Amino acid sequence: MKKELGLLGLLFVLCLAVCGIELWKQLHEGATWGTLELPRFLSAANLTNNANQIGLYGIFSIGLGMVIITGGIDLSVGSMCALVGVLLAMAISEWHWPWPVAVALAIVAPMALGWVHGWLITRMNLQPFIVTLCGLLIYRGMARYIADDATKGFGETAGLDALRWLTTGALLGIPMPFVALLVIGTIMWFVLHRSVYGRYLLAVGRNEEAARFSGINNRRIITSAYVLAGLLTGISAVMFAFWTNSVPPSNHGNIFELYGIAAAVLGGCSLRGGEGSIIGIVIGTTLLFVLQNLVNILEIKSSLDYTVMGSVVLVGVLADQILTKRRLKAQGARH
Amino acid sequence: MSAFLSMRNVGKRFPGVVALDNVSLEVGAGEVVALCGENGAGKSTLMKILGGVYQPDAGEILVDGRPVKINNVTDAMKLGIAFIHQELNVLDNLDIAANVFLGREPLFTPFKLINRKKIHADTQPFLKRLGLDVPSDTKLRDLSIAQQQMVEIAKALSLNARIIIMDEPTSSLTLTETDRLLQLIAELRQSGVSVIYISHRLGEVNQCADRVVVLRDGKNAGGLSRAEISHDRIVSLMVGREIKSFYVESNAPKTPGFLKVRNARSSRYPNQSVSFDAAKGEILGFAGLVGAGRSEIAKALVGLDERGAAEVSLGGESLKIRSARDSIRHGIYLVPEDRRGEGLVVGMTVRENITLPDLPRYARAGLIQRSAEERVSREQVESLKVKTPTIEALIRNLSGGNQQKVVIGKWLAMGPKVLILDEPTRGIDVGAKAEIYKLMRTLAENGAVILMISSDMEEVLHVSDRVAVMHEGKITGVLERAACNEENIMQLATGRALAEAKPAFAA
Repeated sequence: MKKELGLLGLLFVLCLAVCGIELWKQLHEGATWGTLELPRFLSAANLTNNANQIGLYGIFSIGLGMVIITGGIDLSVGSMCALVGVLLAMAISEWHWPWPVAVALAIVAPMALGWVHGWLITRMNLQPFIVTLCGLLIYRGMARYIADDATKGFGETAGLDALRWLTTGALLGIPMPFVALLVIGTIMWFVLHRSVYGRYLLAVGRNEEAARFSGINNRRIITSAYVLAGLLTGISAVMFAFWTNSVPPSNHGNIFELYGIAAAVLGGCSLRGGEGSIIGIVIGTTLLFVLQNLVNILEIKSSLDYTVMGSVVLVGVLADQILTKRRLKAQGARH
Repeated sequence: MSAFLSMRNVGKRFPGVVALDNVSLEVGAGEVVALCGENGAGKSTLMKILGGVYQPDAGEILVDGRPVKINNVTDAMKLGIAFIHQELNVLDNLDIAANVFLGREPLFTPFKLINRKKIHADTQPFLKRLGLDVPSDTKLRDLSIAQQQMVEIAKALSLNARIIIMDEPTSSLTLTETDRLLQLIAELRQSGVSVIYISHRLGEVNQCADRVVVLRDGKNAGGLSRAEISHDRIVSLMVGREIKSFYVESNAPKTPGFLKVRNARSSRYPNQSVSFDAAKGEILGFAGLVGAGRSEIAKALVGLDERGAAEVSLGGESLKIRSARDSIRHGIYLVPEDRRGEGLVVGMTVRENITLPDLPRYARAGLIQRSAEERVSREQVESLKVKTPTIEALIRNLSGGNQQKVVIGKWLAMGPKVLILDEPTRGIDVGAKAEIYKLMRTLAENGAVILMISSDMEEVLHVSDRVAVMHEGKITGVLERAACNEENIMQLATGRALAEAKPAFAA
């Protein structure tokens, strides 16, 4: 909980910094205290846009977080997004499937792929990195092949109003992906922090042997984490496809997995497994986007986006490491 | 024979224990000295001092009559002392030549690339001398254990070792490989290389040793010259330590044959099987020397050895146990030897560890009821007197004894029918030890079957109602309480048959 509060504090400071810098710029450009305008960061358009993206990225980041908690990794998220996007677009606008069936396919397919990952990892003893790296390559290729490398979209297909509202609409002014993140995040909070399954995930991630000695079916738990990651990736991919409204198979969803890993790690997940929280992951995702805002406002060249992001994640993890060490030392001194 | 090496009045203490007290050992050039003793007699400590791993607190070491100080492994090597550990120290991804000359590779100047031709040419003579008929560019992983051991010996010889310490060198060898090794030791002796041979296989000792030195309780217990060596004489020197046993017979009713185990096999000894009966209400001790296969049988019994198997029946009902879940469901629990690696998740709290094996019981609709968890954890912490600030403390911050109590507590919360404790008091202070013994007795009196694996002779004699003794994957005999003494146990543990011993089960 302490960690999440720290992250929340960091987020708050970052938001303040963004607003502060904007105001300072206005003053610098000749505005007076009386004529100051609301910072663009706080404009409805910017907040909505941010919320939308935080929702889209946050959902699959939670899935990725579950996998990371078991001590694994999923590098295939982005490619899965592309594959799901292509399948969904083609099912609806070319094969003319009813949309509920198409959406079901778009969600079940990544779950099945997740199960295959889990099977290969737990039954064949392959390393998660390798399995999902192969997934990254295979699914990207499949998406491009199925789409014949052409951008797919939903065009003017009629009868999609309900689905469009569900994916790109708003509820009480809040973009749907963010609403979905709140709902999914709440459910997943109970799953990870209150359910038997969540406790097993954490135990297996911390010490597989001890979990096995306590009668926990490690294989099932680990496999299920990949299936869960598939489910959340699927949901996020459906929303993402409608948000962009067109799916270019060669770069749709590119490096999503890295955003997810960055968010999870920033949010307190350890790649060694056994550690992580839902709130942390959500705050981690939010941090990444507020950071993006900061980069824009500071007029840093957008080519440096990744550099800034990478540096912040690095500093964050480093700070956490140093603080943890200090805390352990303090504990040791008390004993 | 002049003494090539002599260790005089060596002492070594660790916090809380005196590992070596005034121990002396002499080895002549070209002499094979067997070092014998029970578990924990101080053999390993003495050898680690010789190998430069530990520094002695007292005493001196002389090589060729000159006092030396061995600060680290490199010093030992320079003095011609080579150590071949039971767990071989080889890099199995590299070839034979690379292993033999690791860190001393012949190089080409000026780029310091390895001179492949020379390294292989230099390796060949050693392989030939040892009769290891494989090309020197064979990867170690493609060799058998015996061959890998030969590579280690080749490395020792290439370092001009004058004394080679072999720690249980035959524990993973086949009979023919063992014969080959003993023959090799004879050849080494001929060429003036000395060997310190540590083994609990007294037959081998008898075959190859010029002299036997026995340690007991960290002290010299005596020595035997070539003519005096015999199985019985070695054992009688190994035993005879003063044992304070406070065994009190329990009057609780016992139901013999309540637990029946038949044909238990472990992946460690796939060709041996173990069968035994244990009574409801008794503590059955499992004694034996380290490596006898006791822990492995325990794991096979509770379904934790995927390649092991066991037929188990409890109270007349035969059980199907294929995984730990199955045995847990039937009330058969294991307190493993490695408590931090297998018994507990040390990064989780006391509460989380206590409830881990039985979580569904604390849950309603998949959600854990925190209050139920807290109540049970608190009960266990209080009844076991676990010293912890709260039940929310992380296991890693608890002392060894308290950690062990938590492992036991997690099973007590589930009402054990059979509780297997593997080295239950290793590394635990005296006070906690006594509490754990008392607890085991109380559990037995309340109708559980307690199986206790222990390498601590004092503990075995102190706690067990009967003792099953294992040797190399088999039960060599079961001793009734009246026949339980150190000598009988050691005879069985070193593979001897004994008239007092009873069969382990009624057919």
